[in-house]
Amino acid sequence: MANVILERLKAKFNAGEILETGSSHGDEWARVEASAWTAVATFLRDDPDTLLDMFVDLTCVDRVDRKLRFDVVLHLRSVAKKHRVRLYAGVDGEAPEIASLVPLWPGANWFEREAFDMFGVRFANHPDLRRILMYPEFIGYPLRKDYPKEKRQPLVRRLPGSV
Amino acid sequence: MALTFYNSKVADAINWARKFSLFQYPFVTACCGMEFMATWAPKYDIARFGAEFPRFSPRQSDLMIVVGTITERQAPVLRRIYDQMCEPKWVIAFGVCASTGGFYQNYSVMPGADQIIPVDVYVPGCPPRPEQALDALMLIQDRIQKGQGHSQVVLMKEKGYDVPLAAIRPSQRKGGGI
Repeated sequence: MANVILERLKAKFNAGEILETGSSHGDEWARVEASAWTAVATFLRDDPDTLLDMFVDLTCVDRVDRKLRFDVVLHLRSVAKKHRVRLYAGVDGEAPEIASLVPLWPGANWFEREAFDMFGVRFANHPDLRRILMYPEFIGYPLRKDYPKEKRQPLVRRLPGSV
Repeated sequence: MALTFYNSKVADAINWARKFSLFQYPFVTACCGMEFMATWAPKYDIARFGAEFPRFSPRQSDLMIVVGTITERQAPVLRRIYDQMCEPKWVIAFGVCASTGGFYQNYSVMPGADQIIPVDVYVPGCPPRPEQALDALMLIQDRIQKGQGHSQVVLMKEKGYDVPLAAIRPSQRKGGGI
């Protein structure tokens, strides 16, 4: 029962889109090619055996020493089947890009904006890709590992001794 | 000489009236707000000091209490609200986040409200207990009576008087302190 998701995935995508799969502590995960991101997510949502219709979370991890530096992480859950899966897709570059999942789950909108705000990952075809937490004047992406830990970008400061 | 004496007595009377009629503007942004609400509630009862009435309009208040973390993104808002308050006005930084940034040392949090507005009294604690809020209120009443609040000093300097700013830290208070 536990591996029905991964088996369905591997049966459907057998041209190298699924790079790696695993299972630990009762949870399944799969690492997929970034180019197959939308196709895999659509399949998992619509396939009657997986039926992963609930978008739980989307975030990003900066693996600074890896070849593909950023991992976009997607958590999905099936309300009917009561199982879930975690998907990774590696992206790279100064302006890494991956397909947006807003057409599949409108709720992904703000999650992708946060990943863009904090890590600078571009989501292609996102309807409104702006910063969501930081102010528009902010330069850089604060949760990247190469952002200086205490570097602040103040909007206002008062001169010492003034009111 | 007689006029100076008369003026100082009038100033004393005005400052006495001011210190027992503080209208607060609570700028509450974080968890310190819970302890601060307890200060208002009957058990600690800030009304005993004549400061029970929070006005949620800066134009009707003269004591700003910065309660909680101030992020860089909020900083212009805080400064603007402070500018809207009528003078003379006083500021309490309530809790370590408002005083120094606290344990947040990162890209998003401003290291203390005094980076953008002049703070009269700092209250340590994470969060401070309600007794400390009352202590801070009494400290600021002392300050008001002596005419040593930041904005009072600025007003007096504009009139040509030279008034030194009071010691700010609670530990420098007469008789010890926290």
